[in-house]
Amino acid sequence: MLLEMDGIDKAYGGVPALRGASFAVEAGEVHALIGQNGAGKSTLIKVLTGYTRRDAGQVRFRGQDFAPAGPQAAQAAGISTIYQEISLVGQRSITENICLGRETRRFGLLHWRRMHEEAAALLGRFGIQVDVRRTLASYPTAVQQMVAIARAIAFQAALVVMDEPTSSLSDAEVQVLFGVIRQLRAEGVAVVFVSHKLDELYAVCDRVTVLRDGRTVQVSQMDGLPKLELVATMLGRDLSSVARAGATAFGAKRGRHGAALLAVQDLRAGPRVQGVSLDVGQGEVVGVAGLLGAGRTETARALFGADVRDGGRVTLDGRDFAPQGPGDAIRAGIGLCTEDRKAEGIVPELSVRENLTLALLPRLARAGIVDETRQAAVVAQFIKQLDIRCAGAEQPVGQLSGGNQQKVLLARWLCTDPRLLILDEPTRGIDVGAKAEIQALIRALAASGLGVLMISSEIEEIVEGADHAYVLRDGRTVARLTDAGLSEHAVMDAMAHGAHAGLHAPMLDAHA
Amino acid sequence: MKALSLAGRYGVVVALALLVLFGAARYDYFLGAFNVLSFLRYNSMFALVSLGMAFVIMSGGIDLSVGAVAALGSVASALASGLGWAPGLLAGLGAGLLAGLLNGALVVRLRIAPFIATLATMLAASGCALLLADNQSVSASYEGSFTGLGQGDALGLPIPAWIALGAYAAGSVVLNLTGFGRTVLATGGGEDAARLMGLRVDRAKWAVYAASGALAGLAGTILAAQFGAGQPIEGVGWELFAIAAVVVGGTLLTGGEGSVGTTLAGALLLGLIFNILNFENGRGWISLSAYWQSVIRGLFLLVVVVMQAKLAGRPVPRDA
Repeated sequence: MLLEMDGIDKAYGGVPALRGASFAVEAGEVHALIGQNGAGKSTLIKVLTGYTRRDAGQVRFRGQDFAPAGPQAAQAAGISTIYQEISLVGQRSITENICLGRETRRFGLLHWRRMHEEAAALLGRFGIQVDVRRTLASYPTAVQQMVAIARAIAFQAALVVMDEPTSSLSDAEVQVLFGVIRQLRAEGVAVVFVSHKLDELYAVCDRVTVLRDGRTVQVSQMDGLPKLELVATMLGRDLSSVARAGATAFGAKRGRHGAALLAVQDLRAGPRVQGVSLDVGQGEVVGVAGLLGAGRTETARALFGADVRDGGRVTLDGRDFAPQGPGDAIRAGIGLCTEDRKAEGIVPELSVRENLTLALLPRLARAGIVDETRQAAVVAQFIKQLDIRCAGAEQPVGQLSGGNQQKVLLARWLCTDPRLLILDEPTRGIDVGAKAEIQALIRALAASGLGVLMISSEIEEIVEGADHAYVLRDGRTVARLTDAGLSEHAVMDAMAHGAHAGLHAPMLDAHA
Repeated sequence: MKALSLAGRYGVVVALALLVLFGAARYDYFLGAFNVLSFLRYNSMFALVSLGMAFVIMSGGIDLSVGAVAALGSVASALASGLGWAPGLLAGLGAGLLAGLLNGALVVRLRIAPFIATLATMLAASGCALLLADNQSVSASYEGSFTGLGQGDALGLPIPAWIALGAYAAGSVVLNLTGFGRTVLATGGGEDAARLMGLRVDRAKWAVYAASGALAGLAGTILAAQFGAGQPIEGVGWELFAIAAVVVGGTLLTGGEGSVGTTLAGALLLGLIFNILNFENGRGWISLSAYWQSVIRGLFLLVVVVMQAKLAGRPVPRDA
């Protein structure tokens, strides 16, 4: 065994995150590490990479006791980590991002030419040709991810930990990454692969370790392991109940509920939105699918008044709607939960109470002073209603799990009593259990008469969760899918082939 | 984009050259040996302080204590100057280094925001200078060769100018050709990321504050040697001059990007504005008070900061 972790305990402020967890990786294998949020994956990785210290337990790496003092020590010992959110320095060049920490020197000074060559060669192995002297931030996310991986390899790692490396990659880029992972495996490097996407695990991993509640609950070969069993183990649920519920938790569709709420015709805004048309009725969940860069998020921002609109017509309740800013949209009864919770949504240092009532503050205030009694009542109500798991209304939101952060964001908009909720990737980065809760919540909200526009990269979420769905491609609506026409195959077909594939008659009308 | 960022980077060098040409064309003795040498002698102190500030800002921090530390350094070196130039120099440098290490300790160990930490050090250093000097200037010894550090010349240039040039040459090598220099930039570009990359972020932060303190102490030593006295109340506003020079020199105030060479150009540029103002007053056409120099420097700073914001504000391509 290359790595053996046994009986690992770790508690944060008295709350156990790991309880006797074990984890073993052989050289030259790709090992999946999965579990719900709070199962202890990140803590286990942090212990392994020296970011935190274990309270108890044994770690042996390359046959020796291993207790790194910090990320640098772990790196020196041969363990490199690629974090979920790219943790490189965007302002610096690609070369620096790859080579810093193990610079090539000549006469004691940096040998830039050699370092540039080395960086270019490493990226060349993944088929990426870029100018390594330019800043990292001038390249798209996928290249940045590859740079992170190149850095890990450059450190001659024996073990590479990848924490959700695919969350910002397109399908084609994921294939490139898988190629790299297989190449590493062939070279005898072990890869620990953390992901929420089951298909990816099956595509590239040899074995899997499942964590639940800080304990290791299953270790097995991926080959021949039924997906359903894996999900059941992760959730700690009875297999038959998972099978009955299906892969997502939207439950029964209601179909079209009420009158038209939002109608968008040929919306254009910036380079990414070049003609988007869609309708949302009251009580409907309307899906928006599309590949990365198809203009989904930009459409949401334009509808919300966050970006300037270049053209097109939007009506809300049959009346022209042209918000000059998010304030107009909020007053008109629209809420937007952004894709990037950290950057645009939650304020991590602020409490659950403050985050939850941020959009409501103008209405809670009387003569500029916040009515704290009413605020407390609203907060208590939504914590209960959405089952937000927190130590209390005053706990900083940054300490909550992803799923609970998302609930706080949802509550922020729900308490303004909106009529239309735009959800951009509502379940991204959220573990399976919390995902199911959010999905059930979305369905319940629609049932209560709310219109929901749901952007999602997960096709099954669109197919199972939406009453009807639109597919965007290169900033245009290329398909409107309803009823039986709304299938995974149809969505993918439209994503891949554009207008001729799945375009239905109503769309042609919209362009006429 | 490329042209703009080049302009942002080397604009200051062009502006400096234009200003020199303007001065040379307009004033008779502008390029005379007396003006050039005294300009270099005096502005070397600001250049040294600006160099330390550049490193601190590139690391994502700020050092508000440099002016007070320079004053402390001038007093310490004046007090020790009776023992010769070397003890005087060591005393000034050492006092600055200690203050810088204190900043490092506050920022790295106690995790106090640099703005607050160095503000505290500024007050403390200023108090120490006044205490040591007994609230008056301390005359430096003329017996040894201490005053030569400020007043002497070598190979046609003032000794302070040689010291500043040496410091900038060393600074340039450190920034561009050592792992430490790149770590400073990486730290300023993203401290958490730099930590996760396994870089020695804390060491880099200690070092930039220590260097900034030492350079301020060195500037104070030159001050004492040049004017023959340690000056506990000098140095007021030096930190602002240094920050302005660094920013005018194209270093991002938010850290992560910067250059040593253009910092020197920035410091010289700001000094030159004052110099030209003096000449202009000497011609008798106008009579601008010295306060105008602050206004003009302020305008310069504003222009540069607005340009930086325009450059930084450009949308970065996302998942294209």
